[in-house]
Amino acid sequence: MASKKNININLKIWRQKNGKAKGQLVDYKLDNVSTDSSFLEMLDQLNEQLVSQKQEPIAFDHDCREGICGMCSLYINGRAHGPDTGITTCQLHMRMFKDGDTIYVEPWRSRAFPIIKDLVVDRSSFDRIQQAGGFVSVNTSGRTIDANAIPVPKDDADKAFEAAACIGCGACVATCKNGSAMLFVGAKVSQYALLPQGKVEATQRVLNMVRQMDEEGFGNCTNTGACEIECPKGISLENIARMNREYLKASIK
Amino acid sequence: MAKSALLKSSIAKKYWMALTGLFLCLFLTGHLLGNLQLIFSDAKHFNEYALFMTSNPAVKILSYLTYISILFHAIDGLMLAAQNKAARPVGYAKTNPSANSSFASRNMAVLGTVILIFIVTHMVNFWAKMHFDKNMPLAQQESMQMPGQMEFIGVPGSRVPSIPAQGKSLHEIVDEVNKQAMAQAQAMGEKNLEKAKKFEVEGSDAIKDLKKGEIIFKGYKDLYKITIDFFKQPKYGLLFTLLYAASMIVLAFHLLHGFQSAFQSLGVTSRKITPAIKFFGTAFAIVVPALFAAIPVYIHFFLK
Repeated sequence: MASKKNININLKIWRQKNGKAKGQLVDYKLDNVSTDSSFLEMLDQLNEQLVSQKQEPIAFDHDCREGICGMCSLYINGRAHGPDTGITTCQLHMRMFKDGDTIYVEPWRSRAFPIIKDLVVDRSSFDRIQQAGGFVSVNTSGRTIDANAIPVPKDDADKAFEAAACIGCGACVATCKNGSAMLFVGAKVSQYALLPQGKVEATQRVLNMVRQMDEEGFGNCTNTGACEIECPKGISLENIARMNREYLKASIK
Repeated sequence: MAKSALLKSSIAKKYWMALTGLFLCLFLTGHLLGNLQLIFSDAKHFNEYALFMTSNPAVKILSYLTYISILFHAIDGLMLAAQNKAARPVGYAKTNPSANSSFASRNMAVLGTVILIFIVTHMVNFWAKMHFDKNMPLAQQESMQMPGQMEFIGVPGSRVPSIPAQGKSLHEIVDEVNKQAMAQAQAMGEKNLEKAKKFEVEGSDAIKDLKKGEIIFKGYKDLYKITIDFFKQPKYGLLFTLLYAASMIVLAFHLLHGFQSAFQSLGVTSRKITPAIKFFGTAFAIVVPALFAAIPVYIHFFLK
Protein backbone atom coordinates (compact mmCIF):
# COMPACT_ATOMS: atom_id res chain seq x y z
CA MET A 1 0.00 0.00 0.00
CA ALA A 2 1.22 3.41 -0.88
CA SER A 3 1.81 5.74 2.01
CA LYS A 4 1.59 8.78 -0.27
CA LYS A 5 -1.84 10.40 -0.44
CA ASN A 6 -1.76 10.95 -4.20
CA ILE A 7 -0.26 8.64 -6.79
CA ASN A 8 0.61 8.80 -10.45
CA ILE A 9 -0.36 5.75 -12.50
CA ASN A 10 -0.10 4.32 -16.01
CA LEU A 11 -3.16 2.64 -17.46
CA LYS A 12 -3.60 0.17 -20.31
CA ILE A 13 -7.29 0.25 -21.11
CA TRP A 14 -9.23 -1.72 -23.72
CA ARG A 15 -10.85 0.63 -26.23
CA GLN A 16 -13.32 -0.71 -28.77
CA LYS A 17 -15.70 1.51 -30.74
CA ASN A 18 -18.50 -1.06 -30.91
CA GLY A 19 -19.21 -4.80 -30.96
CA LYS A 20 -17.94 -5.25 -34.49
CA ALA A 21 -14.90 -2.98 -34.39
CA LYS A 22 -11.43 -4.26 -33.65
CA GLY A 23 -10.32 -3.17 -30.20
CA GLN A 24 -6.93 -2.55 -28.65
CA LEU A 25 -5.23 -1.64 -25.40
CA VAL A 26 -4.54 2.11 -25.20
CA ASP A 27 -1.97 3.66 -22.83
CA TYR A 28 -3.03 6.51 -20.54
CA LYS A 29 -1.16 8.43 -17.88
CA LEU A 30 -3.09 9.78 -14.91
CA ASP A 31 -1.47 11.99 -12.25
CA ASN A 32 -2.65 13.04 -8.83
CA VAL A 33 -4.97 10.13 -8.11
CA SER A 34 -6.09 10.13 -4.48
CA THR A 35 -5.49 6.78 -2.80
CA ASP A 36 -8.81 7.34 -1.04
CA SER A 37 -10.71 7.32 -4.35
CA SER A 38 -12.40 4.22 -5.66
CA PHE A 39 -11.34 2.59 -8.91
CA LEU A 40 -14.44 3.97 -10.65
CA GLU A 41 -13.71 7.49 -9.34
CA MET A 42 -10.24 7.14 -10.81
CA LEU A 43 -11.86 6.29 -14.18
CA ASP A 44 -14.16 9.31 -13.79
CA GLN A 45 -11.06 11.44 -13.26
CA LEU A 46 -9.48 9.98 -16.37
CA ASN A 47 -12.67 10.62 -18.38
CA GLU A 48 -12.73 14.25 -17.26
CA GLN A 49 -9.15 14.56 -18.45
CA LEU A 50 -10.13 12.96 -21.79
CA VAL A 51 -13.16 15.23 -22.22
CA SER A 52 -11.07 18.32 -21.51
CA GLN A 53 -8.66 17.09 -24.19
CA LYS A 54 -11.67 16.68 -26.55
CA GLN A 55 -11.25 12.89 -26.63
CA GLU A 56 -13.95 10.23 -26.41
CA PRO A 57 -14.40 9.19 -22.76
CA ILE A 58 -14.06 5.54 -21.81
CA ALA A 59 -17.34 3.64 -21.54
CA PHE A 60 -17.64 1.47 -18.43
CA ASP A 61 -20.58 0.03 -16.49
CA HIS A 62 -21.51 1.39 -13.07
CA ASP A 63 -24.62 2.14 -11.10
CA CYS A 64 -25.05 2.00 -7.31
CA ARG A 65 -21.36 2.34 -6.48
CA GLU A 66 -21.91 0.62 -3.14
CA GLY A 67 -21.32 -3.00 -4.17
CA ILE A 68 -24.87 -4.22 -4.41
CA CYS A 69 -26.20 -3.68 -7.95
CA GLY A 70 -23.76 -5.92 -9.85
CA MET A 71 -23.36 -3.41 -12.64
CA CYS A 72 -19.63 -2.65 -12.43
CA SER A 73 -17.26 -5.18 -13.93
CA LEU A 74 -13.66 -4.81 -15.19
CA TYR A 75 -10.79 -7.27 -15.32
CA ILE A 76 -8.07 -5.36 -13.50
CA ASN A 77 -4.46 -6.56 -13.60
CA GLY A 78 -5.55 -10.07 -14.46
CA ARG A 79 -8.28 -10.38 -11.83
CA ALA A 80 -12.04 -9.84 -11.87
CA HIS A 81 -12.89 -6.70 -9.85
CA GLY A 82 -9.17 -6.18 -9.26
CA PRO A 83 -6.63 -7.32 -6.69
CA ASP A 84 -8.85 -7.27 -3.58
CA THR A 85 -11.25 -10.12 -2.68
CA GLY A 86 -14.92 -10.06 -1.71
CA ILE A 87 -15.54 -6.73 -3.40
CA THR A 88 -16.90 -5.22 -6.60
CA THR A 89 -14.87 -2.73 -8.64
CA CYS A 90 -16.69 0.24 -7.09
CA GLN A 91 -15.44 -0.99 -3.69
CA LEU A 92 -11.85 -1.31 -4.92
CA HIS A 93 -9.74 1.56 -3.68
CA MET A 94 -6.71 3.14 -5.28
CA ARG A 95 -4.78 2.49 -2.06
CA MET A 96 -4.39 -1.07 -3.40
CA PHE A 97 -1.98 0.36 -6.02
CA LYS A 98 1.43 1.95 -5.78
CA ASP A 99 2.81 5.12 -7.28
CA GLY A 100 4.05 4.42 -10.81
CA ASP A 101 2.03 1.17 -11.21
CA THR A 102 0.86 0.08 -14.65
CA ILE A 103 -2.72 -1.14 -14.44
CA TYR A 104 -4.39 -3.27 -17.12
CA VAL A 105 -8.14 -2.70 -17.44
CA GLU A 106 -10.01 -5.12 -19.69
CA PRO A 107 -13.67 -6.00 -20.22
CA TRP A 108 -15.15 -9.38 -19.14
CA ARG A 109 -14.09 -11.87 -21.81
CA SER A 110 -16.71 -14.44 -22.76
CA ARG A 111 -18.47 -15.53 -25.92
CA ALA A 112 -21.74 -15.09 -24.00
CA PHE A 113 -20.80 -11.52 -22.93
CA PRO A 114 -20.26 -9.67 -26.24
CA ILE A 115 -18.63 -6.25 -26.02
CA ILE A 116 -20.93 -3.27 -26.60
CA LYS A 117 -18.30 -0.55 -26.30
CA ASP A 118 -14.90 -0.24 -24.60
CA LEU A 119 -15.32 -1.93 -21.20
CA VAL A 120 -19.09 -2.43 -21.41
CA VAL A 121 -20.30 -5.96 -22.14
CA ASP A 122 -23.79 -7.30 -22.78
CA ARG A 123 -24.73 -9.56 -19.86
CA SER A 124 -28.29 -10.23 -21.01
CA SER A 125 -27.39 -13.94 -21.32
CA PHE A 126 -27.67 -13.99 -17.51
CA ASP A 127 -31.16 -12.49 -17.79
CA ARG A 128 -32.20 -15.17 -20.27
CA ILE A 129 -30.92 -17.92 -17.92
CA GLN A 130 -32.89 -16.33 -15.10
CA GLN A 131 -36.01 -16.12 -17.27
CA ALA A 132 -35.65 -19.81 -18.15
CA GLY A 133 -36.45 -20.87 -14.58
CA GLY A 134 -35.07 -18.54 -11.93
CA PHE A 135 -38.45 -17.72 -10.39
CA VAL A 136 -41.33 -19.15 -8.38
CA SER A 137 -44.74 -19.09 -10.06
CA VAL A 138 -47.37 -17.61 -7.74
CA ASN A 139 -51.03 -16.84 -8.07
CA THR A 140 -51.29 -13.05 -7.78
CA SER A 141 -55.09 -12.93 -7.52
CA GLY A 142 -54.87 -11.59 -4.00
CA ARG A 143 -55.35 -14.88 -2.22
CA THR A 144 -51.60 -15.54 -1.99
CA ILE A 145 -50.61 -16.92 1.39
CA ASP A 146 -47.99 -15.12 3.40
CA ALA A 147 -44.51 -16.48 2.66
CA ASN A 148 -43.69 -16.57 6.35
CA ALA A 149 -46.61 -18.93 6.97
CA ILE A 150 -44.52 -21.78 5.53
CA PRO A 151 -41.95 -23.00 8.06
CA VAL A 152 -38.37 -23.07 6.71
CA PRO A 153 -35.51 -24.65 8.69
CA LYS A 154 -33.04 -21.96 9.76
CA ASP A 155 -30.09 -23.77 8.14
CA ASP A 156 -31.88 -23.97 4.77
CA ALA A 157 -33.02 -20.36 4.98
CA ASP A 158 -29.43 -19.25 5.67
CA LYS A 159 -28.05 -21.26 2.76
CA ALA A 160 -30.75 -19.95 0.41
CA PHE A 161 -30.00 -16.41 1.56
CA GLU A 162 -26.27 -16.87 0.95
CA ALA A 163 -27.04 -18.11 -2.59
CA ALA A 164 -29.46 -15.23 -3.15
CA ALA A 165 -26.65 -12.80 -2.38
CA CYS A 166 -25.47 -13.27 -5.99
CA ILE A 167 -25.69 -9.92 -7.76
CA GLY A 168 -25.19 -11.39 -11.25
CA CYS A 169 -22.09 -9.30 -11.99
CA GLY A 170 -20.45 -12.04 -14.09
CA ALA A 171 -17.10 -12.08 -12.27
CA CYS A 172 -17.35 -15.90 -12.06
CA VAL A 173 -17.58 -16.19 -15.85
CA ALA A 174 -14.87 -13.57 -16.39
CA THR A 175 -12.37 -15.25 -14.09
CA CYS A 176 -13.11 -18.88 -15.02
CA LYS A 177 -10.52 -20.23 -17.43
CA ASN A 178 -13.40 -22.02 -19.17
CA GLY A 179 -15.77 -19.04 -19.21
CA SER A 180 -18.26 -21.16 -17.27
CA ALA A 181 -21.37 -19.66 -15.66
CA MET A 182 -21.94 -22.53 -13.25
CA LEU A 183 -21.43 -20.52 -10.07
CA PHE A 184 -24.10 -18.04 -11.19
CA VAL A 185 -26.54 -20.76 -12.27
CA GLY A 186 -25.66 -22.88 -9.22
CA ALA A 187 -26.51 -19.96 -6.94
CA LYS A 188 -29.80 -19.26 -8.72
CA VAL A 189 -30.81 -22.94 -8.71
CA SER A 190 -29.83 -23.36 -5.04
CA GLN A 191 -31.62 -20.23 -3.88
CA TYR A 192 -34.96 -21.78 -4.88
CA ALA A 193 -34.18 -25.48 -4.45
CA LEU A 194 -33.49 -24.97 -0.74
CA LEU A 195 -36.88 -23.39 -0.01
CA PRO A 196 -40.27 -25.16 0.09
CA GLN A 197 -41.75 -22.54 -2.27
CA GLY A 198 -39.10 -23.35 -4.88
CA LYS A 199 -39.27 -27.14 -4.59
CA VAL A 200 -42.53 -27.29 -6.57
CA GLU A 201 -40.84 -26.30 -9.83
CA ALA A 202 -37.37 -27.65 -8.98
CA THR A 203 -37.22 -30.32 -11.70
CA GLN A 204 -38.10 -28.08 -14.63
CA ARG A 205 -36.11 -25.17 -13.22
CA VAL A 206 -32.72 -26.86 -13.17
CA LEU A 207 -33.21 -28.53 -16.55
CA ASN A 208 -34.33 -25.30 -18.22
CA MET A 209 -31.69 -23.08 -16.65
CA VAL A 210 -28.85 -25.47 -17.51
CA ARG A 211 -30.17 -25.84 -21.07
CA GLN A 212 -30.26 -22.06 -21.47
CA MET A 213 -26.77 -21.75 -19.95
CA ASP A 214 -25.41 -24.23 -22.52
CA GLU A 215 -27.22 -22.48 -25.38
CA GLU A 216 -25.68 -19.13 -24.45
CA GLY A 217 -22.22 -20.57 -25.13
CA PHE A 218 -20.74 -20.61 -21.64
CA GLY A 219 -17.96 -23.12 -20.98
CA ASN A 220 -17.98 -26.17 -18.72
CA CYS A 221 -16.95 -26.20 -15.08
CA THR A 222 -13.69 -27.98 -14.23
CA ASN A 223 -13.85 -27.20 -10.52
CA THR A 224 -10.80 -24.94 -10.43
CA GLY A 225 -12.52 -22.89 -7.72
CA ALA A 226 -11.42 -19.53 -9.18
CA CYS A 227 -15.02 -18.22 -9.29
CA GLU A 228 -15.55 -18.78 -5.57
CA ILE A 229 -12.44 -16.72 -4.76
CA GLU A 230 -13.26 -13.86 -7.13
CA CYS A 231 -16.99 -13.69 -6.34
CA PRO A 232 -17.68 -10.33 -4.62
CA LYS A 233 -20.46 -11.97 -2.61
CA GLY A 234 -18.55 -15.10 -1.57
CA ILE A 235 -20.94 -17.54 -3.29
CA SER A 236 -19.64 -21.01 -2.39
CA LEU A 237 -18.75 -23.87 -4.77
CA GLU A 238 -21.22 -25.89 -2.71
CA ASN A 239 -23.92 -24.27 -4.86
CA ILE A 240 -22.44 -25.86 -7.99
CA ALA A 241 -22.44 -29.25 -6.26
CA ARG A 242 -26.09 -28.70 -5.29
CA MET A 243 -26.96 -27.82 -8.89
CA ASN A 244 -25.20 -31.02 -10.02
CA ARG A 245 -27.30 -33.02 -7.54
CA GLU A 246 -30.49 -31.25 -8.60
CA TYR A 247 -29.72 -31.84 -12.27
CA LEU A 248 -29.06 -35.55 -11.68
CA LYS A 249 -32.30 -35.88 -9.70
CA ALA A 250 -34.24 -34.03 -12.42
CA SER A 251 -32.66 -36.03 -15.23
CA ILE A 252 -33.62 -39.44 -13.91
CA LYS A 253 -37.16 -38.43 -13.00
CA MET B 1 -32.37 -38.82 -18.97
CA ALA B 2 -35.60 -38.28 -20.76
CA LYS B 3 -35.60 -34.51 -20.73
CA SER B 4 -31.92 -33.88 -21.23
CA ALA B 5 -29.34 -35.15 -23.65
CA LEU B 6 -27.25 -37.90 -22.08
CA LEU B 7 -24.05 -36.60 -23.62
CA LYS B 8 -24.78 -33.09 -24.80
CA SER B 9 -25.50 -31.21 -21.58
CA SER B 10 -22.57 -29.59 -19.85
CA ILE B 11 -23.43 -31.18 -16.50
CA ALA B 12 -24.00 -34.66 -17.95
CA LYS B 13 -20.51 -34.46 -19.48
CA LYS B 14 -19.16 -33.73 -16.02
CA TYR B 15 -20.91 -36.79 -14.61
CA TRP B 16 -19.28 -38.99 -17.24
CA MET B 17 -15.85 -37.49 -16.63
CA ALA B 18 -16.30 -38.13 -12.91
CA LEU B 19 -17.62 -41.69 -13.22
CA THR B 20 -15.00 -42.85 -15.74
CA GLY B 21 -12.30 -41.06 -13.74
CA LEU B 22 -13.25 -42.73 -10.49
CA PHE B 23 -13.47 -46.13 -12.19
CA LEU B 24 -9.95 -45.56 -13.53
CA CYS B 25 -8.81 -44.79 -9.96
CA LEU B 26 -10.07 -48.25 -8.99
CA PHE B 27 -8.22 -49.70 -11.97
CA LEU B 28 -5.01 -47.92 -10.87
CA THR B 29 -5.32 -49.51 -7.43
CA GLY B 30 -5.73 -53.00 -8.88
CA HIS B 31 -2.93 -52.48 -11.40
CA LEU B 32 -0.61 -51.24 -8.65
CA LEU B 33 -1.27 -54.26 -6.44
CA GLY B 34 -0.43 -56.50 -9.40
CA ASN B 35 2.75 -54.59 -10.23
CA LEU B 36 3.98 -54.65 -6.63
CA GLN B 37 4.46 -58.41 -7.04
CA LEU B 38 7.49 -57.50 -9.17
CA ILE B 39 9.13 -56.35 -5.94
CA PHE B 40 7.49 -58.38 -3.20
CA SER B 41 6.94 -61.69 -4.98
CA ASP B 42 8.93 -63.80 -7.46
CA ALA B 43 8.93 -64.44 -11.19
CA LYS B 44 6.80 -67.58 -10.87
CA HIS B 45 3.98 -65.89 -8.99
CA PHE B 46 4.10 -62.78 -11.16
CA ASN B 47 3.79 -64.85 -14.34
CA GLU B 48 0.95 -66.89 -12.84
CA TYR B 49 -0.79 -63.61 -12.04
CA ALA B 50 -0.15 -62.33 -15.59
CA LEU B 51 -1.77 -65.46 -17.05
CA PHE B 52 -4.77 -65.10 -14.74
CA MET B 53 -5.20 -61.46 -15.76
CA THR B 54 -5.15 -62.33 -19.49
CA SER B 55 -7.38 -65.41 -19.37
CA ASN B 56 -9.98 -65.03 -16.61
CA PRO B 57 -13.40 -64.13 -18.10
CA ALA B 58 -14.38 -61.78 -15.24
CA VAL B 59 -11.08 -59.94 -15.63
CA LYS B 60 -11.73 -59.74 -19.37
CA ILE B 61 -15.02 -57.89 -18.78
CA LEU B 62 -13.27 -55.52 -16.37
CA SER B 63 -10.48 -54.90 -18.85
CA TYR B 64 -12.92 -53.98 -21.64
CA LEU B 65 -14.66 -51.63 -19.21
CA THR B 66 -11.24 -50.08 -18.54
CA TYR B 67 -10.43 -49.60 -22.25
CA ILE B 68 -13.83 -47.98 -22.80
CA SER B 69 -13.38 -45.75 -19.75
CA ILE B 70 -9.96 -44.55 -20.90
CA LEU B 71 -11.25 -43.79 -24.41
CA PHE B 72 -14.41 -42.11 -23.15
CA HIS B 73 -12.56 -40.08 -20.50
CA ALA B 74 -10.06 -38.91 -23.13
CA ILE B 75 -12.59 -38.09 -25.87
CA ASP B 76 -15.08 -36.43 -23.49
CA GLY B 77 -12.21 -34.50 -21.89
CA LEU B 78 -10.88 -33.23 -25.21
CA MET B 79 -14.39 -32.25 -26.31
CA LEU B 80 -14.87 -30.30 -23.07
CA ALA B 81 -11.47 -28.63 -23.47
CA ALA B 82 -12.35 -27.55 -27.03
CA GLN B 83 -15.73 -26.17 -25.90
CA ASN B 84 -14.13 -24.33 -23.01
CA LYS B 85 -11.58 -22.78 -25.35
CA ALA B 86 -14.39 -21.63 -27.64
CA ALA B 87 -16.24 -20.02 -24.70
CA ARG B 88 -13.59 -17.28 -24.63
CA PRO B 89 -12.70 -16.39 -28.24
CA VAL B 90 -10.69 -13.29 -27.24
CA GLY B 91 -8.36 -13.80 -24.29
CA TYR B 92 -7.07 -11.39 -21.69
CA ALA B 93 -3.88 -9.38 -22.19
CA LYS B 94 -2.98 -9.82 -18.54
CA THR B 95 -3.93 -12.78 -16.37
CA ASN B 96 -3.07 -13.84 -12.87
CA PRO B 97 -4.36 -17.42 -12.67
CA SER B 98 -2.29 -18.53 -9.68
CA ALA B 99 -4.14 -15.97 -7.55
CA ASN B 100 -7.27 -18.09 -7.49
CA SER B 101 -6.64 -21.66 -8.68
CA SER B 102 -4.12 -24.50 -8.46
CA PHE B 103 -1.73 -25.49 -11.24
CA ALA B 104 -3.25 -28.97 -11.55
CA SER B 105 -6.84 -27.71 -11.80
CA ARG B 106 -5.95 -25.41 -14.69
CA ASN B 107 -3.99 -27.99 -16.67
CA MET B 108 -6.08 -31.16 -16.52
CA ALA B 109 -6.33 -31.46 -20.32
CA VAL B 110 -2.57 -31.12 -20.85
CA LEU B 111 -1.78 -33.52 -17.98
CA GLY B 112 -4.38 -35.96 -19.31
CA THR B 113 -2.93 -35.85 -22.82
CA VAL B 114 0.54 -36.68 -21.46
CA ILE B 115 -0.99 -39.59 -19.53
CA LEU B 116 -2.76 -40.80 -22.68
CA ILE B 117 0.55 -40.80 -24.58
CA PHE B 118 2.10 -42.70 -21.68
CA ILE B 119 -0.72 -45.28 -21.73
CA VAL B 120 -0.24 -45.88 -25.47
CA THR B 121 3.53 -46.41 -25.18
CA HIS B 122 3.02 -48.48 -22.02
CA MET B 123 0.57 -50.77 -23.81
CA VAL B 124 2.89 -51.15 -26.80
CA ASN B 125 5.77 -52.09 -24.48
CA PHE B 126 3.97 -54.59 -22.24
CA TRP B 127 0.29 -55.20 -22.98
CA ALA B 128 0.71 -55.78 -26.74
CA LYS B 129 3.71 -58.10 -26.16
CA MET B 130 1.75 -60.18 -23.65
CA HIS B 131 -1.29 -60.41 -25.93
CA PHE B 132 0.03 -60.57 -29.48
CA ASP B 133 3.80 -61.16 -29.65
CA LYS B 134 4.45 -64.53 -31.31
CA ASN B 135 8.01 -64.51 -29.97
CA MET B 136 7.02 -63.82 -26.36
CA PRO B 137 9.44 -65.89 -24.25
CA LEU B 138 8.06 -68.57 -21.96
CA ALA B 139 9.08 -68.86 -18.33
CA GLN B 140 11.82 -71.40 -17.66
CA GLN B 141 13.31 -73.02 -14.60
CA GLU B 142 16.00 -75.53 -13.72
CA SER B 143 14.77 -79.11 -13.97
CA MET B 144 14.16 -80.93 -10.70
CA GLN B 145 14.96 -84.31 -12.25
CA MET B 146 18.00 -83.22 -14.25
CA PRO B 147 19.84 -80.41 -12.48
CA GLY B 148 21.57 -78.03 -14.88
CA GLN B 149 18.92 -78.59 -17.58
CA MET B 150 16.36 -75.88 -18.26
CA GLU B 151 12.70 -76.58 -18.84
CA PHE B 152 9.58 -74.56 -19.72
CA ILE B 153 7.12 -74.32 -16.85
CA GLY B 154 3.67 -75.58 -17.77
CA VAL B 155 0.31 -74.28 -16.63
CA PRO B 156 -1.61 -76.71 -14.37
CA GLY B 157 -3.96 -78.71 -16.57
CA SER B 158 -1.34 -79.25 -19.25
CA ARG B 159 -0.85 -82.96 -19.86
CA VAL B 160 2.89 -82.38 -19.58
CA PRO B 161 3.68 -80.10 -16.63
CA SER B 162 6.99 -79.03 -18.15
CA ILE B 163 9.06 -79.72 -21.26
CA PRO B 164 12.82 -79.65 -21.74
CA ALA B 165 14.06 -76.30 -22.98
CA GLN B 166 17.86 -76.51 -23.19
CA GLY B 167 17.96 -72.94 -24.47
CA LYS B 168 15.61 -73.75 -27.34
CA SER B 169 12.32 -72.12 -28.20
CA LEU B 170 9.00 -73.97 -28.27
CA HIS B 171 9.14 -73.95 -32.08
CA GLU B 172 12.60 -75.53 -32.16
CA ILE B 173 11.55 -78.32 -29.80
CA VAL B 174 8.40 -79.13 -31.77
CA ASP B 175 10.29 -78.98 -35.09
CA GLU B 176 12.88 -81.39 -33.73
CA VAL B 177 10.27 -83.93 -32.56
CA ASN B 178 8.40 -83.65 -35.87
CA LYS B 179 11.61 -84.07 -37.88
CA GLN B 180 12.43 -87.29 -35.99
CA ALA B 181 8.88 -88.59 -36.54
CA MET B 182 9.04 -87.73 -40.23
CA ALA B 183 12.44 -89.37 -40.61
CA GLN B 184 11.05 -92.50 -38.95
CA ALA B 185 8.03 -92.49 -41.28
CA GLN B 186 10.30 -92.07 -44.31
CA ALA B 187 12.35 -95.07 -43.17
CA MET B 188 9.11 -97.06 -42.94
CA GLY B 189 8.35 -96.15 -46.54
CA GLU B 190 5.54 -93.68 -45.77
CA LYS B 191 4.74 -91.30 -48.66
CA ASN B 192 2.76 -88.50 -46.99
CA LEU B 193 5.30 -87.25 -44.50
CA GLU B 194 3.08 -84.35 -43.36
CA LYS B 195 0.77 -86.92 -41.74
CA ALA B 196 3.62 -88.15 -39.57
CA LYS B 197 3.94 -84.77 -37.82
CA LYS B 198 3.05 -85.19 -34.17
CA PHE B 199 2.75 -81.69 -32.73
CA GLU B 200 2.37 -78.07 -33.69
CA VAL B 201 2.81 -74.80 -31.81
CA GLU B 202 -0.52 -73.21 -31.00
CA GLY B 203 -0.40 -69.45 -30.59
CA SER B 204 2.79 -68.53 -28.81
CA ASP B 205 2.65 -70.56 -25.64
CA ALA B 206 1.09 -73.98 -26.28
CA ILE B 207 1.75 -77.32 -28.01
CA LYS B 208 -1.11 -79.08 -29.77
CA ASP B 209 -1.23 -82.83 -30.31
CA LEU B 210 -2.20 -83.14 -34.00
CA LYS B 211 -3.60 -86.69 -33.71
CA LYS B 212 -5.88 -85.98 -30.77
CA GLY B 213 -6.39 -82.32 -31.65
CA GLU B 214 -5.91 -81.15 -28.09
CA ILE B 215 -3.47 -78.92 -26.23
CA ILE B 216 -1.01 -81.09 -24.34
CA PHE B 217 1.23 -78.31 -23.04
CA LYS B 218 0.68 -74.69 -22.17
CA GLY B 219 3.49 -72.59 -20.72
CA TYR B 220 3.61 -69.36 -18.74
CA LYS B 221 4.52 -66.29 -20.79
CA ASP B 222 7.49 -64.66 -19.10
CA LEU B 223 6.15 -61.13 -18.56
CA TYR B 224 8.48 -60.88 -15.56
CA LYS B 225 11.54 -61.21 -17.79
CA ILE B 226 10.11 -58.75 -20.36
CA THR B 227 9.57 -56.17 -17.62
CA ILE B 228 12.93 -56.62 -15.93
CA ASP B 229 14.78 -56.58 -19.27
CA PHE B 230 12.91 -53.44 -20.35
CA PHE B 231 14.09 -51.40 -17.39
CA LYS B 232 17.51 -52.99 -17.14
CA GLN B 233 18.56 -52.76 -20.82
CA PRO B 234 22.00 -51.15 -20.92
CA LYS B 235 21.32 -48.45 -23.51
CA TYR B 236 17.82 -47.15 -22.70
CA GLY B 237 16.97 -48.70 -19.31
CA LEU B 238 17.81 -45.54 -17.37
CA LEU B 239 15.92 -43.33 -19.84
CA PHE B 240 12.82 -45.55 -19.68
CA THR B 241 12.96 -45.62 -15.87
CA LEU B 242 13.16 -41.83 -15.70
CA LEU B 243 10.38 -41.35 -18.31
CA TYR B 244 8.18 -43.75 -16.36
CA ALA B 245 8.81 -41.88 -13.11
CA ALA B 246 8.15 -38.54 -14.84
CA SER B 247 4.85 -39.85 -16.20
CA MET B 248 3.87 -40.83 -12.66
CA ILE B 249 4.52 -37.26 -11.48
CA VAL B 250 2.16 -36.06 -14.22
CA LEU B 251 -0.39 -38.65 -13.07
CA ALA B 252 -0.01 -37.41 -9.49
CA PHE B 253 -0.93 -33.85 -10.48
CA HIS B 254 -3.86 -35.11 -12.57
CA LEU B 255 -5.18 -37.11 -9.60
CA LEU B 256 -4.52 -34.29 -7.14
CA HIS B 257 -7.28 -32.28 -8.78
CA GLY B 258 -9.23 -35.06 -10.47
CA PHE B 259 -10.10 -37.24 -7.48
CA GLN B 260 -11.83 -34.61 -5.37
CA SER B 261 -13.18 -32.86 -8.48
CA ALA B 262 -15.11 -36.02 -9.42
CA PHE B 263 -17.06 -35.93 -6.18
CA GLN B 264 -17.87 -32.24 -6.65
CA SER B 265 -19.11 -32.97 -10.20
CA LEU B 266 -21.36 -35.75 -8.93
CA GLY B 267 -22.67 -33.46 -6.22
CA VAL B 268 -21.30 -35.72 -3.48
CA THR B 269 -20.35 -33.01 -1.02
CA SER B 270 -21.15 -32.15 2.55
CA ARG B 271 -19.55 -30.51 5.52
CA LYS B 272 -18.76 -33.97 6.92
CA ILE B 273 -17.49 -35.92 3.92
CA THR B 274 -15.81 -33.26 1.74
CA PRO B 275 -12.77 -32.81 4.04
CA ALA B 276 -12.40 -36.60 4.17
CA ILE B 277 -12.62 -36.86 0.36
CA LYS B 278 -10.03 -34.11 -0.06
CA PHE B 279 -7.66 -35.77 2.42
CA PHE B 280 -8.06 -39.23 0.88
CA GLY B 281 -7.76 -37.79 -2.65
CA THR B 282 -4.49 -36.05 -1.83
CA ALA B 283 -3.09 -39.18 -0.18
CA PHE B 284 -4.20 -41.32 -3.15
CA ALA B 285 -2.67 -38.87 -5.64
CA ILE B 286 0.70 -39.03 -3.88
CA VAL B 287 0.93 -42.65 -2.69
CA VAL B 288 -0.32 -44.50 -5.80
CA PRO B 289 1.93 -42.80 -8.41
CA ALA B 290 4.88 -42.91 -5.97
CA LEU B 291 4.52 -46.69 -5.54
CA PHE B 292 4.09 -47.17 -9.31
CA ALA B 293 7.30 -45.19 -9.93
CA ALA B 294 9.17 -47.03 -7.18
CA ILE B 295 8.91 -50.33 -9.10
CA PRO B 296 11.02 -49.47 -12.20
CA VAL B 297 13.39 -47.46 -9.99
CA TYR B 298 13.88 -50.54 -7.82
CA ILE B 299 14.32 -52.78 -10.87
CA HIS B 300 16.82 -50.48 -12.57
CA PHE B 301 18.96 -49.52 -9.59
CA PHE B 302 18.62 -52.24 -6.97
CA LEU B 303 17.41 -55.54 -8.43
CA LYS B 304 20.31 -57.98 -8.89
